[in-house]
Amino acid sequence: MDLETLWFCLIVILWAGYFLLEGFDFGVGMLLPFLPRGEEDRQTMLRAIGPVWDGNEVWLIVAGGATFAAFPAWYATMFSGFYVALLLVLVFLIVRVVSFEWRSKSETPGWRSLWTWANTIGSAGAALVWGVGLSCLVYGVPIDSDGDYAGDFWDLFNAYTVFAGVTVVLLFAFHGATFLTLRTVGELRDRAEHAARRLALPAAVLAAAFLVWTVVVAMDRNDKELFPPVLPAALGIVALGLAVVFLFAGRTGRAFAMTGLATVSVVATLFVSLYPRVMVSNPDFANSLTVDDAASSHYALAVMSVVALIFVPVVLAYQGWTYYVFRRRLGGEASEPEKAEVASA
Amino acid sequence: MTIAVTTVDLARLQFATTSLYHFLFVPLTLGLAPLVAVMQTIWYRGGDEAWLRLARFFGTLMLINFAIGVATGLVQEFQFGMNWSIYSEFVGDVFGAPLAIEGLAAFFLESTFLGLWIFGWDRLSKRLHLATIWLLAVGTWASAFFIIVANSWMQRPVGSDVVDGRAELTSVWELLSNRFAIWAFIHVVLVGLTTAAMLVFGVACWHFLRGRNVELFMKAAKLALIVGVPISAVNLGVGSHLGVVITDYQPMKIAATEAQWDTCGPCSFSLFQIGGFSEDDQTPSFDIEIPHLLSLLATDSWNGEVQGMNDVQREYEAEYGAGNYVPPVRTTYWSMRIMAYAGTLVFLVAALGAFLYRRKRLERTRWFLWTGIAAISLPYISALAGWLLSEVGRQPWIVQGLLKTANANSPSVGTSTIWLSLAVLALLYGALAVVDFVLMRRYARLDPPEVGGAGDEFATPAVGY
Repeated sequence: MDLETLWFCLIVILWAGYFLLEGFDFGVGMLLPFLPRGEEDRQTMLRAIGPVWDGNEVWLIVAGGATFAAFPAWYATMFSGFYVALLLVLVFLIVRVVSFEWRSKSETPGWRSLWTWANTIGSAGAALVWGVGLSCLVYGVPIDSDGDYAGDFWDLFNAYTVFAGVTVVLLFAFHGATFLTLRTVGELRDRAEHAARRLALPAAVLAAAFLVWTVVVAMDRNDKELFPPVLPAALGIVALGLAVVFLFAGRTGRAFAMTGLATVSVVATLFVSLYPRVMVSNPDFANSLTVDDAASSHYALAVMSVVALIFVPVVLAYQGWTYYVFRRRLGGEASEPEKAEVASA
Repeated sequence: MTIAVTTVDLARLQFATTSLYHFLFVPLTLGLAPLVAVMQTIWYRGGDEAWLRLARFFGTLMLINFAIGVATGLVQEFQFGMNWSIYSEFVGDVFGAPLAIEGLAAFFLESTFLGLWIFGWDRLSKRLHLATIWLLAVGTWASAFFIIVANSWMQRPVGSDVVDGRAELTSVWELLSNRFAIWAFIHVVLVGLTTAAMLVFGVACWHFLRGRNVELFMKAAKLALIVGVPISAVNLGVGSHLGVVITDYQPMKIAATEAQWDTCGPCSFSLFQIGGFSEDDQTPSFDIEIPHLLSLLATDSWNGEVQGMNDVQREYEAEYGAGNYVPPVRTTYWSMRIMAYAGTLVFLVAALGAFLYRRKRLERTRWFLWTGIAAISLPYISALAGWLLSEVGRQPWIVQGLLKTANANSPSVGTSTIWLSLAVLALLYGALAVVDFVLMRRYARLDPPEVGGAGDEFATPAVGY
């Protein structure tokens, strides 16, 4: 594999990591006003992602930095082209980031409620825009012969990309609910499982339809064959089906693994459908940006490959260790039969 | 008369305001993380619970501040591509590498260990928990290093060649060991430590004024002075040495900073002047000067020659073609002086504080306690003026000698779009600033809770979020 392809894969892994990890943080945020009975439950939900959400968000920052470094032309065209959408993402992410730290800093219900909704709207909004934005890369946007974006904000929206945005929101909510069934006990856990069951079918059906649609778009608009995009799409559909089955069988641990796998499959399907291009141009397909056009020099990629080789395993080790440290479930005391059930999940 | 506002003007305005705003939060994190780590270490080694209370008290202030630093940092990463796409494509090969490394090596470290520190009090051993705050501090410093490396390449592009209209990395070692980056990095972390020391000291002064928690905050004040006095003094020297480095690579920046139109040697340093800031008006109508000081500051020698703007302009025209290579002189002149004067004041306040502390009169000298509270603002003023000097002084270049700011913006982004983003960010940042200030003030005025007592955020996890 040449270095250009390696870095394309690395960026896919970073986006997949971001969706897998921040996906359940977003999901928990979206469920925040609806799931809990009261303030205590709400704090338990926030503490379930409290130690990790900030580290999870870094996957996005590194994905952005890696795109800048490895594919400057891609970074330049995408970020200047998707201007208003990214501005929206920034607003959503900023209010969400401060909501975590600031919510607890006053006891008044109005203050708490303000930051609860800031977290929810920030989570859902960011998920929606990422779904629209990433699906646009495959669907195609107007790009001129200089490689600059030639459309406006509304060119990002069509049936497929809006469908993508809604799918990502719903999938993250489902993923977040299964996450909570693993991280909480007692009534809150039951409510999380109930929410997961209600979200399961709509999320699975929408996501499966989206995966199929993506393969069609790739063949139709990006000159791809059925293989290989169909592989991650099929994997995703199987994972979605299994997530529903496991959930209704009460095996929440396995259900969470499957919502995670489905989330990763969505990212993989999008990027496999995209390769070897990084942004499809439509209507002038010839103006599409490719991995080779957009890539940095061999030396720069080689240097960064060494850096990634050293740091990625270290990062994975200490982030994994964090999840181990905070493995204990949160919330009220679980009853004895519940503990047994939880242990078998 | 109408002034045509170009997209470049607006993009610059957005970059300047968002970057300066971001840098209101960065230095405190850079300095407070190691100070809190020191407090926790003293507790760990000696068992004195007062230090644990202080670590948690100032740790809370650090968290309020850290959140907004993270949030505004996102804008920094995105807006290179959003507003400056030609720049991004031109520099990505070189400039992108330290940014990506910053994410991998520093941001993951910071964010992960911050989470472990906040929530790990009852999950980790004391020793391991202490390690998390130190790793957080290392993460913040590493992050500062890589972003300074990126910025320093814009000031002094090394380790790269321009190939087919794009800068390409040729030596990562030259990039990382850029003499400009090393000195700028030292300067910035010392600014961070000074900022944090002055904040800790000012908060202690407030508690002395109220006669509350005097014994506890006397310990904090002592630590702040032990750090603040020498570091603020050393940083005056480091800053002045950075001036010598700049003289070597950016003679125009130094000449503009000193409003020095003609080449001089020996050169006097202008403390204050009226007029003399434009090409048509090169001689000030009034000024106060110290002989030889500019030669000393800019070249490290008594009679050193400093090139004037007129000479550098002629050289640059010969090298780069016709054009105006003089940055805004009044802005650079005054931002340098505000930086240096505020920095000197910080040292004087800290030194006087140390004197009063030794005489055991600190907590009773009320006028000085008010001074200590007001002095919290000085390192911020100094740091913001310093960045203004560094970035405005490089104009008209965005990358010194390689790419001009006027040619670096996004062609696909029009003025109305940037107006929209300026308005949105201004509203959002304004609101965040108000909330942040109110929260910082409230938490700085609280009595530090007893360990494990009511109101101890870290001891009872239910209150943590």
